[in-house]
Amino acid sequence: MIPLSWYLILAAALFCVGLYGVLARRNAVALLMSLELMLNAVNINLVAFWRFQAPASTGGLMFTVVVLAVAAAEAAVGLALILSIYRQRQTVVAEDVDQMKG
Amino acid sequence: MTPDNVVWLIPLPPLIAFFIIVLFTNRNKALSHWVAIGLMGVSWLLSWGVFFRALGTAGFGAQVLQAAVAWLPFGAPSVAGTGPLSMGVLVDPLTAAMLFFVPLICLLIFVYSVGYGNFGRPVDPHDLPGQPPHRGVEPLYSRFFAFLSLFAFAMLLLVVADNLLLMFVGWEIMGLCSYLLIGFWYSRDYSDPRQITPRQAAVKAFIVTRVGDMLMLLGIAYLYAQTGTLSFRQIMYADGGAMLAKLASTPSSIVGLSAAGLIGLLLFGGTVGKSAQFPLHVWLPDAMEGPTPVSAMIHAATMVSAGVYAMLRMFPLLSAGWVSGGPLTPPMMAMAVVGTFTALFAATIAVAQNDIKKVLAYSTISQLGFMLAALGTGAYVAAAFHLVTHAFFKALLFLGSGSVIHGMEHGEQHAPSAAAHGLDPQNMLNMGGLRRRMPLTFWTFVAGGLALAGFPFITAGFWSKDEILADTWAHAPVIFVVLALAAFLTAFYTMRQISLTFLGQPRTAAAEHASENTWTMTLPLAALGFFAVAAGWAGIPEDFLGLNLAGAARFQAMVGKALLSPPEALPFNVVPLLTSLVVALGGLLAGWWVYRRFAAGETDPLALALGPVYGWLKNKYYFDELYDWAFVRPVRWLAEVVVSQWIDRGLIDGALHGIGRLGVAIGDALREYIDVPVVTGAGDRLGSGVKDVGRSARTLQTGKVQEYLLMALAMVIVAGIVLFLPILMSR
Repeated sequence: MIPLSWYLILAAALFCVGLYGVLARRNAVALLMSLELMLNAVNINLVAFWRFQAPASTGGLMFTVVVLAVAAAEAAVGLALILSIYRQRQTVVAEDVDQMKG
Repeated sequence: MTPDNVVWLIPLPPLIAFFIIVLFTNRNKALSHWVAIGLMGVSWLLSWGVFFRALGTAGFGAQVLQAAVAWLPFGAPSVAGTGPLSMGVLVDPLTAAMLFFVPLICLLIFVYSVGYGNFGRPVDPHDLPGQPPHRGVEPLYSRFFAFLSLFAFAMLLLVVADNLLLMFVGWEIMGLCSYLLIGFWYSRDYSDPRQITPRQAAVKAFIVTRVGDMLMLLGIAYLYAQTGTLSFRQIMYADGGAMLAKLASTPSSIVGLSAAGLIGLLLFGGTVGKSAQFPLHVWLPDAMEGPTPVSAMIHAATMVSAGVYAMLRMFPLLSAGWVSGGPLTPPMMAMAVVGTFTALFAATIAVAQNDIKKVLAYSTISQLGFMLAALGTGAYVAAAFHLVTHAFFKALLFLGSGSVIHGMEHGEQHAPSAAAHGLDPQNMLNMGGLRRRMPLTFWTFVAGGLALAGFPFITAGFWSKDEILADTWAHAPVIFVVLALAAFLTAFYTMRQISLTFLGQPRTAAAEHASENTWTMTLPLAALGFFAVAAGWAGIPEDFLGLNLAGAARFQAMVGKALLSPPEALPFNVVPLLTSLVVALGGLLAGWWVYRRFAAGETDPLALALGPVYGWLKNKYYFDELYDWAFVRPVRWLAEVVVSQWIDRGLIDGALHGIGRLGVAIGDALREYIDVPVVTGAGDRLGSGVKDVGRSARTLQTGKVQEYLLMALAMVIVAGIVLFLPILMSR
C-alpha cells in the first residue's frame, strides 16, 4: 500500500505548482485553473488523511465534497468576472487590471 | 352728581379729544376738528355752568367748590402728623374767573384753527408735512387739533387743581405742548441762517422755561418739606392762615429770608420762565415761529397766563407777613422789580419791531410785567383783572394778526406781478391799507388794539390798566411812573402797528390783493372783539368819577373774596385816571402822527429820530447774542470739549479702551502660547501624520491581484516562522 507520505508529497507538489501558477501566470483564466490545482491539492490531503487516520467517520469526505462545491461556485463567479473584464477592456491579463491602485 | 364733582370733569373732554384724534380719527380731518371743537365746547359749557353756579353760591369765597381723593397713602416724612397727600379740584373766586375766559378763548381758537388750517381746500401736492401750507389744507391738520386739545386739557387741569403738585403737572404738560406746537412746522428752514427756525425756537422755549420750572419744583419740594401738604386751602386758608404765619416766622437756610420768602422766590422763578419775564423772556418772541393760533393759545389764554395765575394763586404765601401799606416781602419785591422792569423793557423793544407777531409778543411780555408789578405791590385784584382782560384782547390781536398774515399770503398768491412773491407776509412794512381789503379783521383788530393801548372808558384794557396804575400810585409811586411810561409806549406801538398794517395806502402788490378770510376765522375775532370791550365793564370801580354806578366793581367783589381778608377798594384818585388818559391818548396820537404817511421803501421815522438807540431796540438789546455768548457757547464748549472730548472720549473711552486692550493682549497671549502650538499643533500633526502614513501606505496598494497574493504569501511565511519557530526552538 502506498504510504501516506507519498500522498502528502504529491499534494504538496500539486499545491506548489498551483501556487506558482497563481503568482506567476499572466492569463487570468490560467490563474483560475491554478487555483483549482491548489484546491484539489487540499482535497487530496483531506481524502488521504481520512483514509489513513479516520476511515470510520465520513467527515473527511464531507469536507472534500464541500470544497468541490465551493470550487465549482468560485470557478463560476471567477469566470463571469473574467468575462465581464474582457468585454470591457479586451484583455484577460491580470496585471493590466489595476484600477484599484491607490 | 354734586357740582363739586362736576369740576373734575372740566379738564377731561379735551384730553379725550386728544386720544380720540391720535388713536382713531387721525386720517379724517373733518372728524378730527369736530371731535376737538365738540369736546372743547363740552368743556366750555361745564366751565360756565360751574362759573354761574359758583356766582350764585352764597358766601362764595369762604365757601368753595372742592373735591379731593387721597393720592399718596402717607404724609410728608419730615413733618409729623400730616395726612395723606391728596389730589383734587377746587373752584374759588380766582378759579371761577379763569374758568370764565380760558375755555371760551380756547374754543374760539379751535374754531379759528379750522379756517387757519385752510380746511375745505383740496390737498396741494406741493405742501409738505411740517411746513406751512401754501394753497391747500394743512397736511398735519388732525395732529394740530390733537396738540391743541392736549394743551387745553393741561391749562384746565392747572386751573382747577387744588394743590401745587397737580398744578405743576398741568404746567409741565403745557411746556411739552408748547414745544410740540412751536415746532409744529418742524421742517421749515429759512434762507437766512441767522433767522431762528421753528424747531430751534421750540427747543429754546423748552429749555428756557425749564430753568424756571426747576426753581419752581424746588419751591414745591421745600414747601412740602415744611408743611407736609400742598393743598392751597390747607396752606393758605385753614385756621385763618396759621400755616402762613408759621412759614413767615420760620427762618430758611438763607440768611435774612423766611421759609415763606424763599419758597415764594423759588415759585416766582417758575413764573419768570413761564410768563417770559426778564431775564427768561427770550423764548417768547421766538415762539412766534409756531402757527398763529398757537401764538394766541400760548400768549393769551393759557401758558403765559398760567405763570401769573400761579402767582395769584400763591399770593397769600408770597405776601405772608405783609400788611397793606407796610414793607414788601422779598417775593413781592422781586415781582415788583422784575415786573416793572420787564414792562418797560419789553415795551421799548416792541416799538422797533417790524414783524406783526413780534410786536404782539413783546407787548405780551410787557403786559405780563404790568400784572406782576401790580401783584408785587399788593394789587391782587387789579392783577387778576388785567389777566382776564389781557387774555381776551391779546387773543384777539393774535388771531387778528394771523388773519392779516393769511390775507397777505392770499394776496401774495393772487398778485399779478411776480414782484409780490417771496415777500415776508408778516412784515408790517409790506402792508398798509388793509382796512379796505379786510374790514372785519380791521375793526376787530382796532378793538383789540385800543384795549391794549387802554383807550379810555369803552375798552376793557383801560379799566384794568387804570386799576393797576391807581394801585401803584397809592403804594409805590416809582413803579407808577415807570408803568405809565410803559403804558405810553404800549399805546404808541399799538397805533404804529395799526397804522402800518391797516391805514394809509397799500405798499406792496400783496397788500393790494389781500382778502378777508372765511367765517371760521372772522367769527372768533368778532366774539373776542365783543369781550375785549365788554370784559372791562365788570371791573369799573364803584366810585368812579364820583358816580356811584349800580352793579359796578363786580369783578373786584368776586375775586377779592379769593383772599382771606378781601382787599379794600381804593378811594378814587384823579391823578392815575388823568395819567392813564394822557398816556393812552397821547401814545395813540403819536403813533398815528408819526406813521400816518409812511410810504413804501421809506426808513422808519423812529430810526431817524432815535439813531443808534433804534438799533439796540430792534435787536432786542442784543439779549439773544448775550445769552448765546454767556450760556449757549460755554455750554456747547463744555459739552463738546470738556464732556465729549476730555471726559467721554478721554476718560471713559480711555478706560474702556484700556480694558479692551487688556482683553486683546490676554487673547493674543493665549493664542500665541496655547492655542496655536498646543491645540492647533496637535490637531494639525494628527492630521498630517495620518496623511503621511496614508501616503506611504498607498504604494502597497498596487491594484494587481497577484502582488496582493504575493504579499499574503509573504505574510503567511512570516506568520509561519513567528508561530512555528518557538515550537521548533523548544524541541
